[in-house]
Parts: sequence; C-alpha cells; structure tokens
Amino acid sequence: MAECHPVGFQWVMEAKARGAKLIHVDPRFTRTSALADVHVPLRAGTDIAFLGGVVNYVLRHEKYFRDYVLAYTNAAVVLTEEYRDTEDLDGVFSGLDPESRTYDNSTWQYEGVDVQAASGHRYQEPEAGGSISAASRGEAHGSGGAAVGEGEPERDDTLTHPRCVFQVLRRHYARYTPELVEEVCGVPQQQFLQVCRLVTENSGRDRTTAFAYAVGWTQHTVGVQYIRAASILQSLLGNIGRPGGGILALRGHASIQGSTDIPTLFNLLPGYIPMPHAHKAEDLEKFVDALAPRKGYWGNMRAYLVSLLKAYWGDAATEDNQFCFDYLPRLTGSHSTYDTITAQLDGVCKGYFLMGENPAVGSSNAKRQRLGMAALDWLVVRDFSLVESATWWHDGPEIETGELRTEDIGTEVFFLPAAAHTEKDGSFTNTQRMLQWHHQAVEPPGDARSDLWFMYHLGRIIRNKLATSDDEADRPLLDLDWQYPTKGPLDEPDAEAVLAEINGHDAEGRPLASYEQLRTDGSTSCGCWIYCGVRADGVNQSARRKPGKEQNWVANEWGWAWPANRRILYNRASADPDGAPWSERKALVWWDAEQGQWTGHDIPDFAKNKPPDYRPPEQATGAEALTGTDAFVMQADGKAWLYVPAGLADGPLPTHYESQESPFDNRLYTQQRNPVRDIVPTRPENYYQPSGSAPGADVFPYVATTYRLTEHHTAGGMSRWQPYLAELQPEFFCEVSPELAAERRLAHTGWATIVTARGVVEARVLVTDRMAPLTVQGRTVHQIGLPYHWGPNGYSTGDAANELTHMSLDPNTHIQESKALTCDIRPGRRPRGPAVVQLVRDYRRSAGIDEHTGTQQ
Amino acid sequence: MGVRTWIESWPVYRQLTGSDPLGRGAAAKSAVSEHLAPRLGTADRIVKSVCPYCAVGCGQNIYVEDERITQIEGDPDSPVSRGRLCPKGAASLQLTTGSAREHRVLYRRPHSTRWERLDLATAMDMIADRVVKSRREGWQWEADGSRTRRTLGIASLGGATLDNEENYLIKKLFTALGAVQVENQARI
Repeated sequence: MAECHPVGFQWVMEAKARGAKLIHVDPRFTRTSALADVHVPLRAGTDIAFLGGVVNYVLRHEKYFRDYVLAYTNAAVVLTEEYRDTEDLDGVFSGLDPESRTYDNSTWQYEGVDVQAASGHRYQEPEAGGSISAASRGEAHGSGGAAVGEGEPERDDTLTHPRCVFQVLRRHYARYTPELVEEVCGVPQQQFLQVCRLVTENSGRDRTTAFAYAVGWTQHTVGVQYIRAASILQSLLGNIGRPGGGILALRGHASIQGSTDIPTLFNLLPGYIPMPHAHKAEDLEKFVDALAPRKGYWGNMRAYLVSLLKAYWGDAATEDNQFCFDYLPRLTGSHSTYDTITAQLDGVCKGYFLMGENPAVGSSNAKRQRLGMAALDWLVVRDFSLVESATWWHDGPEIETGELRTEDIGTEVFFLPAAAHTEKDGSFTNTQRMLQWHHQAVEPPGDARSDLWFMYHLGRIIRNKLATSDDEADRPLLDLDWQYPTKGPLDEPDAEAVLAEINGHDAEGRPLASYEQLRTDGSTSCGCWIYCGVRADGVNQSARRKPGKEQNWVANEWGWAWPANRRILYNRASADPDGAPWSERKALVWWDAEQGQWTGHDIPDFAKNKPPDYRPPEQATGAEALTGTDAFVMQADGKAWLYVPAGLADGPLPTHYESQESPFDNRLYTQQRNPVRDIVPTRPENYYQPSGSAPGADVFPYVATTYRLTEHHTAGGMSRWQPYLAELQPEFFCEVSPELAAERRLAHTGWATIVTARGVVEARVLVTDRMAPLTVQGRTVHQIGLPYHWGPNGYSTGDAANELTHMSLDPNTHIQESKALTCDIRPGRRPRGPAVVQLVRDYRRSAGIDEHTGTQQ
Repeated sequence: MGVRTWIESWPVYRQLTGSDPLGRGAAAKSAVSEHLAPRLGTADRIVKSVCPYCAVGCGQNIYVEDERITQIEGDPDSPVSRGRLCPKGAASLQLTTGSAREHRVLYRRPHSTRWERLDLATAMDMIADRVVKSRREGWQWEADGSRTRRTLGIASLGGATLDNEENYLIKKLFTALGAVQVENQARI
C-alpha cells in the first residue's frame, strides 16, 4: 500500500501513530513492510491456507464475536444433507461435473429453502454456447449477493447442529493448523500465531481490524476465494460495517471502480444488472423473475432495469415492447478480454478499440495479445503517446524474431490522441465508491479529444450513415436516445448532461434523489441505479468540495459515494441488534428511539425509519421483507455470508489449491488445482508448465510474482513517457535473493534472462534481502519479483513481464494468475532474433510440454 | 548607497539589532529573495481536479495562466489526500503538458511500414465505416437456435482511466450496436 497507494497510506500511518498494529503479508519486503510492526513473507499463491489457518485459530480458540455472528451472519443456518465438503471428497465439493468443469450448486443450499421455486423458475442454463457460470455471473453481485430461493432457512442458534454453517466451517478448516500453514506457506508457526493473536486481540466490541488488499489477491485462479476467505474472517470477528473494519480493495486506476459500476464489462449492465444470456423465449418478465431475489434491495431489480432501458431507448421503450428489452445483445458463455483475443485469432472479431489500455505489454501473455491484434482488419488506439499497442506492427518482439513481418500484417491502425483529465469535465469513482468531479481547465491540444467526444460523435456519424436503414438489426441504434448538448469550439458533449442521465429523472424530467424512487412502469429513467442521487436537486453532488477540515471525520460533504452517499457499507452492523452502538469507541450509526430513526456520524445504510425490532409481514418482498436486524441489505437473506450457497462458480467455501503452476504438490488434497479454473484454449504461445512432482516441473523451479512500483503506473502508458518518473525507475529489473543469486550466478546490476513456456525476457538484477527464500514442505523455494510496467517504447524501457504470464483464469472473474507462476532464471542477456523462439522451444521440449500439460482438472 | 544602508545590508547587523536574533528570517533575507513571489501567484485561475493515476482519488489544484496549465499541486482541502501527491501525481504536469504527447491523428494502411497523417474528421468517418462493416460481418441473430441479436465483429477494451460519463457512453453505444465484447482493466 505504501508503494502503490502512498497517499492513502498516510491514514494507515495515522492509525499507527494512535497505537494500531500494522501487519504486512507479502512475498516481498517493501516500503509497506518497512513501516509495519510485522512483515510476514509467504509463498505466492498460498493465502487461502494462511487465512484459513487464521479462521481455524478463531474457531478453535473461541475468538469470534458471538453476538455479531449470530445476528448478522448465516452461521446458524442449516445446510441440506446432500452437501459434501472438500474434506469429504478429497478437494472437490459436491456437484462437480468433471466433463464441463463446472459445479451444479443445488447441493450447496440451505435446508428449508426451495431454490427451484424461486419466483417460478430459475435462470436456466442457456441452450446456446457456454454456461452462465462461465460468464462471470458471480460478478453480477458487485453490489449484493445472489438469490437463495423461497422459504425461511432452518436455523440453529446454539450453533451446534452438525450441518449448520458454523460447524461446517469448523470442519472445513480443522486441518488448517499452524503446522500446515508453515508447510504450505513457508511461514514459521510462531510468526503465524503472532498474527493470529494481533488480529483477534484487536477485534470485538471495542476494537476493529481492517484488511486492505490490492490486485495481488485477485490475480489468481482462486482470486475470488482469497477475498471470500478474508470475508469469512472479518464476519466472524465482527469487523464489517464498522469504523476501522472492512475489507478494502485498493484499486489501481482512477475510475476502475466507476468502470465496474457503469461497466465497460461484457457481463454487466450499469449497476451490476447482469447482461442477458441467449435463451429460447426469453423476455423481460422471465429475466427479472429468475434473477431478482424475493428479499432485499435486489428485489426491485425490475425498476432498476426498466429505468435503465428508458435511459437507453427513451420514448421508444414502452410497456408494449417490454421497454426494448429485446434490443439488448445476448451472451453465450464468456466474452471476456481473453476470449476476445481467441475470437480475434479465429477471425471472428475484426475490429478493436483500445481506449487508454495497453494490452500489448499490460495484459497476460502479451504475445497472444499482439498475435490477436495482427489478425484484425482494423484497430483504433486512443492514448496520449504511441504505446506498444499502437506500434507492435513495426517494432514489436515478433518483428524482431521474424515470427511476423510488417508487410504481411493487414491490420489497419488508427491512432487518435486522447484528451487529459485537465482537458475535460467528468467524474472518477475512487476505490471507496466516491465520485469526484474534475473540471476542465484548458482545451485539449491539436486533434486530442475526450472519449466522451469520440463516442458521442462516432455514434452520431454511424447513426447518420444508417439513418435510412430498415434493417431490424439497426433499430436499437436508430431508436437510441443519443441527444446530448455540445459546447465550446470542439463541440464537446456536456458531461454534466450525461451525469444527469445517469442520475435519472421522473416523468416530468425532474432529477431523482434516490433509487427508492425508481418505478417499474417506465415513468422513471435512470442510467445507473446505484448512482441515483448523484445529481439530487439538480446539483452535481460529486463536485462538492467542502474542505475536510471543516467537516467531521466522515467528511460526507466532499464528493458523493454510492449508494445514497453512505461512506461505510452495511453500517447498520456497527450497532447491536437493539440498535445501540457495540461500544462508544466504535459508534458509527445507531437507532434514536425518540426520533424514531437511524442516525449517527455516517448516513445509515438502512431504511431510515425501520426500527431494530421490525418484523416484516408474511408476504412482504424486496426491501420491505428485511427485518430490523438484516444489516446486509443487498443480500437476499440480509446476512453476511460465511458460507455461499449460490453465486460462485468454484465452491461455497475457500479451499487451498496450488496455483496453475507451482513447484509443490497440494499438501491438503490429491486435487492439485482449482478444478473449475478457466483455461483459455491452448495454443503454443499459451502452453502451461508441469507442477509439483510431475515430470518436467523442475525445469521451472522458481516462483515468479508480478507487481507495481511507486514511480510507474500499470502498463506504463501514463508513466514511461514522463521524464521525472523515467529517471526514478529507468528500466525493467527483477528482484532476487542473495541465495538465489549465488545458486544461479546472478550479479547485482548485471543481466538475467527469465524463461517460461510462453516467452523469455531479460532484466537487470537487483540482489536483495527483500526477497527472502522460504522453506516449504522441507525444501527451499526462491521467489522472483517482476515489476510489470515495461515495454520497448517511451523513455523508461525494458521487456514486458507479461511475455512470461499465461491465461489460466479465475472462473468467477476471468482474471489471470499473474501473481504466482513458475519460471527459470539464468545469468546474462536473452538471445536476439529467431534464437528467442528456439530458446523457448528448447525449454518446452526439456519439460515435456504439450497442449495437454497443466490442463487436467 | 550610503554607509548606513550599506551596513544595514549586512545580515549580521540585522541579526544583532533587529527582531530576528537567530538569523532564520528577515535578517537573512537578501534583496533578491525579498522580491521573489510564488510562481503560482500570477495564475489566472485555479481549477479543481482529481489525480488521474490510481484509485485513491487525491485532490489536485490546476493552475492556469494565459489558457496554459502552469502547475498541478495537491489540494489541501481534500479529506482524502490533505494536499499530498505521490511521485506519479506530482508528475501530472508532465503527463498533461509534456512533449511526449501525440497531438495528431496517425494512420497505418494495411501492410504499410509507416505512419501517415490523417485529418481527424476523415479518420472519424473511416472508423464509422469500418464499424458498420465489421458489425454486419459479425452479426448473429441466433446461436444454436436461441436469439442473440448481437455482433462479435467488433470489440472494445479500456475504461478504467476514463470518466464515468465516458464509460456510460461507451457501454450505451456498443450495446446499441449489439457488441458484447466490451471490456476494461478490471480484469488485469
């Protein structure tokens, strides 16, 4: 955090100054470790074993927050008899279909709940193409959980029923002992127990512990389950919805949160409404019935979706045509960025827009990215400078090796310069869901334009070209509400007019103040329901800038956070079931019986006038059906989920699996890897390596992990061209321990060549104690650190670490496992020209690698 | 310069006789530094902004003089950042005004070995034609008997560095075009 979010880290230092203990768990010693009380180096890819060990410690030593757990989690809920755990089935859960590599979750359900009966029918697996779970459906819960079915689940508030979630959890993690953590993670038992003590002593009524993570947790074949493991721990300890608690995702782009909320993602519509899948006889009714849970705020999904369709298609969207629901394109399986590359290589996808992203060096398996682009008819690159994704056709690595010849590449390339944040109005959503408006300071230079300008005018031109078309395929485009006022010498669309559309309005055009005003009858329009209220009263709330010093510590008059400007999600849980703060010290919101409302420092994330003892009428649905203690208002049962009965592709509980590539066998199960991880169809450029005791694994004996530096940003498009930053970090390097340097004769500041089955890179060597060798299963394992910012262009240059990475993905999110892979390292520079290809081929041969390697379930 | 003025120009004299016995302020000030003014003092306006790098969302103050950005500094009012910027945020001036930025549209023909210049309006028109063509070629009304109403002919990548409003228009237009392969940095 000190490295990649240094200004946010000042608050960690503030906490430390007030006595907080800081623990840093990371394979590398970094600036964060230097300021931490404890640094715990662990083997990359083993966090679930580590966190599962802490869960086991909490349960075994009775350190959980019992009142919180009983009131706000699903610990007491009893599971069906059919459920089988990984402990019963040697590493897989019940419901696995090995052929399709998917789970059927029908055996993971709560006792007493009829899943099939949920509102008539379930969202059926589609007839066409791939499965829904293959399409990141789990991500549709970015603002709440999946539907759980009809009926009240059976509970045991003594937490002793052998099939209650609490006991299932206990059994699931019973083998995650300090001894096992040491053997799997390479963390000495004493150090592990120190962490357990620090975390548990700092949790309870009077104290809270926070977890912060960055993409280091998401970039694994079990990435979602990493975060789930932290969720279980934090829920057990009562650290969610309370000040100083939570699980904080430290995201890496200015508006990556915003581009997930208002998604430029294949599987989502704005506000985490799922994109529809191809079905026979699908309509709006069936879509909503199948997806909206009976209870909680997601129960109002129809109002959110209809209001979105009104924002998209305006007057053309009517009750009679189901508000143009049929205009939405349908998915068949996954269309993630990695699948798009496959579609390019297959000649299906022919045109590609890159808007401020540089996959030629920034995405996993950079070669495959470039080969995909070389198969296109046309490519549009919008960026500040000539990033590698714009120039690969004449100076990419494949040109040097002779694998591609510029004259043979048919891709037409347009480079369009982009406007900077200083040259346009607009809002970013930061990592805490807070929107902040930035105002235009000057006009963009030359041909540079905002992406708002580009999209608006591109849409306008296309619509003009097709204006007379009577092709039914063009109706969604021609009926689209695409009228935006423009201003200034460049005809820049008015960004605030777009924000107004996102916020939404009623039938009279008055701005809405809350998503609770959204209607199912088409009388309201709203481009993103969770952002409704950002322009309440017609005022741009995201542009509010009351100085922090003039506000309380919550500072909710600076910017605007979704939902409804609440700064801490699920903050009802900061009070006990009766509505009183768990402690004075940790008071955030509470029930004021006199006033008959929730009040406090933050805006309550709860119905304002719903008393703690509220019990809904039998037939209540949606938010109405939430009781006065259902603090987790987006969840279908109002509870934090220790156990996930629905919504995840790879199991209800996090289980330790080894990475796609690992030097070790799975110590816990015969099942080596996540059985349902997503493997992109193998071609030579994406071959996987053998693991553990498999023959050939010793050809790649080291663990590599990628990361960022303070002085550069992602794939370098915004930092390698800046002289200051280039001077601070002038070239690509690798970090290795003195022991590994001795073992492989690597000289400090000299060169090293790093090889995987995908590619080869050269890097300057930084020999440092910061990369400590670990002892795992009785052997020493060396880890190699690879910052991934580079490519050949700009002032600061070097090979791209992503030449080495592969496309084995988390099945829920389709995020690649670039935080833990295996490799070889040798002294000296890499070969040049065709010898590069030969070297990789030789490695593949000596490890016995073919298209089947590493693809086994 | 009279003798008295000359003597008074000695820092040590001012230190011994003035209000600054430790010589840390007025006594040590030279005639040159006496007349120095903050380089931001002549700015025509200060525009409120947000750092474009990571997702912490630090506040930025943008100083504009003669319609040019002269400096970008941390915004002390921000409860997020309290005026601080990291090395990247502090390099925002180079990012936005540096010579490494391309200001012109560039075009590479199929099989060509070089860039050419292209007028922006022409480029927009050519891109629109290509979208229409590839969209048609990749159009699917159905897949395996189920309605899809989409195209797999075009794809888009990127959005996490852009504004919410820009992401909104990207998703809206591509959805209306029937394109489903719309992605951003959330997966990297």
